[in-house]
Amino acid sequence: MTSELIDFTLVSVALLGIGIYGLAVKRNFIRMLFAVEIIINAANLNIVAFGRFLPHSGGQTMALFSIAIAAAEVAVGLSLIIVAYRMYQNVDIADFRSLKG
Amino acid sequence: MADAVFLALTVITIGSAIAALEMRSLIYGSIALMGTLGGVAGFFFLLDAPFVALFQIAVYVGSIAVLILFTVMLVKRELIFKKIEDKRRKFAGIGLMLVFMVALGAVFLDSGIKTITTDEPAPDFRDIGIDFVTYYWPALILMGLILAGSVTGSLVLARREDVENDQRAN
Repeated sequence: MTSELIDFTLVSVALLGIGIYGLAVKRNFIRMLFAVEIIINAANLNIVAFGRFLPHSGGQTMALFSIAIAAAEVAVGLSLIIVAYRMYQNVDIADFRSLKG
Repeated sequence: MADAVFLALTVITIGSAIAALEMRSLIYGSIALMGTLGGVAGFFFLLDAPFVALFQIAVYVGSIAVLILFTVMLVKRELIFKKIEDKRRKFAGIGLMLVFMVALGAVFLDSGIKTITTDEPAPDFRDIGIDFVTYYWPALILMGLILAGSVTGSLVLARREDVENDQRAN
């Protein structure tokens, strides 16, 4: 392999930046879920890259756990979207104000 | 030194991540998200982690992206194509993104990570299986319970209580 650890880390930083931009700017619930997915993938890429360069198999094990937990998170997030859409007929988070104090 | 495959994967991953957030249609956005997830799977192949890469393709590209696509299809047509954001917030978001990228990138480039290279062979993926059933078995069981709990919870959340059973048959 010819790429070094810093290359993978920089790609991961770029993905994290894009994800933070999405979370900060978008008001569409589904787009915010996309941004969360991108951030989780940046984290997984970092974990596997560091695990490769140690080298230790623990990095890959952690990445597998992380992918499985992310799958659970997406299932819950999507069902929350469906419930909120049924209540408000919209996916704009600015409308979801019923818990606001 | 980065090689051509790495550069191509970088362009695909970052380009489709931007497209996923910026495309007008949510359906094309979720297809672009598939590109990002597939690009990350390609990076896993480059990192000599074929098991994680195939897991990523099976779980993310195969199920999560398709699940998101189906949820998008449940939403009203005009909401799929409507962009909800204001200009000032967008510029602030771009500024925040650049601050994060430049600050973290500068920290990483200045740290010792830059000099880390390895000539050692990649960890054998059979070790992952052994780790899972020996050292990490309580975590594996807990993960299974969390997955079962979250799937059941999301089914309960999405259930409609105002529809009677005889109405469901129709």
